[in-house]
Amino acid sequence: MRSASALSTRALRNTRRMPSTFLPTLAMPIFQSIAFAGTFFAITKVPGFPTDRSINWYMPLAVCMGAAFGGVGLGFSAIKDMENGFFDRLRMAPTPRRSLIIGPLISCYIRTLVVVTVVLLVSIGFGARPTSGVVGLAMLYIAALGLSTVSAGWGLGIAFRFRDMRGAAIMQLTLFLTMFLSSAQTPLNVMTGWLHTVARYNPATNILRLSRQGFLGDVTWDGVWGGLVALVGLSVLTLWFARRGLDSLDR
Amino acid sequence: MTATLSVQSTAAMNHNWRIGFRQTVAMSKRSVLALWRQPALVVPSMIFPLFFAALGTSSFGRAINLPGFPKVDSFLDFSLAGTIVQGVLFGSVQSGSALATDIENGFFYRLMAAPSSRLGILVGRLAGAAAYGAFQTLFFSLLLLPFGMSIKGGPLGVLIMVVSGGLIAIAISGFMAAAALKTGSSEAVQGIFPLVFIMLFFSSAFFPRQTMSGAYKHIADFNPISHLIEGMRDICIDGLSSGAIARAILVPIAIMIVSFTLALRALAQRIAAQ
Repeated sequence: MRSASALSTRALRNTRRMPSTFLPTLAMPIFQSIAFAGTFFAITKVPGFPTDRSINWYMPLAVCMGAAFGGVGLGFSAIKDMENGFFDRLRMAPTPRRSLIIGPLISCYIRTLVVVTVVLLVSIGFGARPTSGVVGLAMLYIAALGLSTVSAGWGLGIAFRFRDMRGAAIMQLTLFLTMFLSSAQTPLNVMTGWLHTVARYNPATNILRLSRQGFLGDVTWDGVWGGLVALVGLSVLTLWFARRGLDSLDR
Repeated sequence: MTATLSVQSTAAMNHNWRIGFRQTVAMSKRSVLALWRQPALVVPSMIFPLFFAALGTSSFGRAINLPGFPKVDSFLDFSLAGTIVQGVLFGSVQSGSALATDIENGFFYRLMAAPSSRLGILVGRLAGAAAYGAFQTLFFSLLLLPFGMSIKGGPLGVLIMVVSGGLIAIAISGFMAAAALKTGSSEAVQGIFPLVFIMLFFSSAFFPRQTMSGAYKHIADFNPISHLIEGMRDICIDGLSSGAIARAILVPIAIMIVSFTLALRALAQRIAAQ
């Protein structure tokens, strides 16, 4: 844990020294929340739409996208460390291999908490209204932290395999497609056509449902368990993917 | 004697114009060939707009029945114009970035050292962008037809949209070229992309202004991108009318005058700084 803590501190210090690397992760969800809510405001009038506040629908999406891309940022940092040789020094050090994943992951959680809190406060300023109190807000944080775990595992796994910036495009594109081929823009009951079929089976739909629990009515177990299962399952898979990638560096 | 000199200077001017024109055409060909040879540059401006169009059609298909939504047979009819403008905007940022790369790697200064037309460097780049913008418009229009989209303006409407797409590309590429000539940095030009993206979202690219409200609607009302899109959209969903044609052609021309002026000024400054 000491090694993980040190790596986490290093990552946070880098963020403080180069805020330009963190600001887009903060600015994009804020922009997305406001822009989507404003552009697609009228979609709330479609029969069956679960809220009449568009920002209540789109803010959790923005938070989840911010968390996901924040997690992928770990992959970018890992690639930079590999390219400049710092990662080889870490591998030569007598630290448990898992600290090379856990340490950056802890820093990712801290950044995610900042992003979620700031986006939430700004969105409340723009009219978002939580409907289920603290429990509902907790669902948003759980979804964000879970997604950042999934994306961090994915990003690190890709980084360890590609070892250069070619992996960056794959990290971003896969996440982008996964998030948008879901109930990102409209709920399943409002969607039509091919997207409805894809979104039904996309685990991101359950994760977004979890994140929106606190803004569409009461928190219910039906709305929560699918997201939790998706987050736990995907986190295990992607972290295993990252660990296997890390092990492949030693071979 | 004076008449002889006058005839000779007119001939020399005509000769210079012909050379300048040939050089401009060569520069245009170069910028188009660069896209052909590096398809990875083309992907964001071709694939992403189509992806969003497909996504929007499935997500917002039921929105066409909302009060205030224009009368269309499918959401795809509505979204074609936004798709085209989105693709042209992204392609124009790429065009500006390519000019900045020419400055960074010294190709621009080699052209300065050669007896080449200074204006041709800029006009050639913009002409290449216009060709690409026109191609994108035609490509999107034809590609989406089998998916149930219809263009009420017919073949003539498509032609006007293609011209409009080319003009929009020049208009936006002018701003990007100005930034490239001013900064000489492709990173700086790429840094403008988020601004372009934000302006696209705060417009009627994805949803009609009639369905927006409050401050957001005011922003969309004043956003020139809304007016760029709506001229083309009217041709697509209402058919040919003098108003639709005027908006599709005149709005990009008006923006083009501003952007071209800025680009010329930046070019003059860069040449003078040498």
